[in-house]
Amino acid sequence: MLGDASVLFQIAGIGIIVAMIHTILKQMGKEEYAQFASLVGFIIVLIFVINGISDLFQEIKSVFLFQG
Amino acid sequence: MEIIQIVSLGIVTSLLVLVVKEQRPSFAFFLILLAGIFIFLTVIKHVSEILNLIQYLGARANINGMYIETILQIIGIAYLAEFGAHITRDAGLASVAAKIELAGKVLILVLAVPILTAVIETIIGFIPA
Repeated sequence: MLGDASVLFQIAGIGIIVAMIHTILKQMGKEEYAQFASLVGFIIVLIFVINGISDLFQEIKSVFLFQG
Repeated sequence: MEIIQIVSLGIVTSLLVLVVKEQRPSFAFFLILLAGIFIFLTVIKHVSEILNLIQYLGARANINGMYIETILQIIGIAYLAEFGAHITRDAGLASVAAKIELAGKVLILVLAVPILTAVIETIIGFIPA
């Protein structure tokens, strides 16, 4: 369970950092880089979450004898 | 105590979501999804012990394995449909959540068809023709 909390904190950290980078780049006038930065952050977190979802579905399949 | 960890995880997640929600709502949704997955994973481990007990009792009472298996699959579908529906409702998509619940009910009905036919046939068998 402890590991889970650290993953949550990492994702929240990534979110906050991406938001800061977005605003900083926007002030510097580089709009596109801001969009790229938030997109990259989004994709990193998406990979985290997709791994979590696949573990969950694998667990459920094994527990509830899903053959179909 | 498991429950203390789960409750603290829920509170930590809600706090993190509130922090991240203003700047990046999409990350907040990821946090909600991950918290739901972690709590579900811990619960699933305990559920599997209970289901093994049910299977053992079913085998001892020599009930046909097919019925127990269908019941377990129905429970699994209900669990998943409820999980998906609540997560999509959290994201604000109530209509999609309702569709997921509808799909879950339909799939459960589809699974229950063989059991229903068996019950009806036994009932008809009792009635003296």
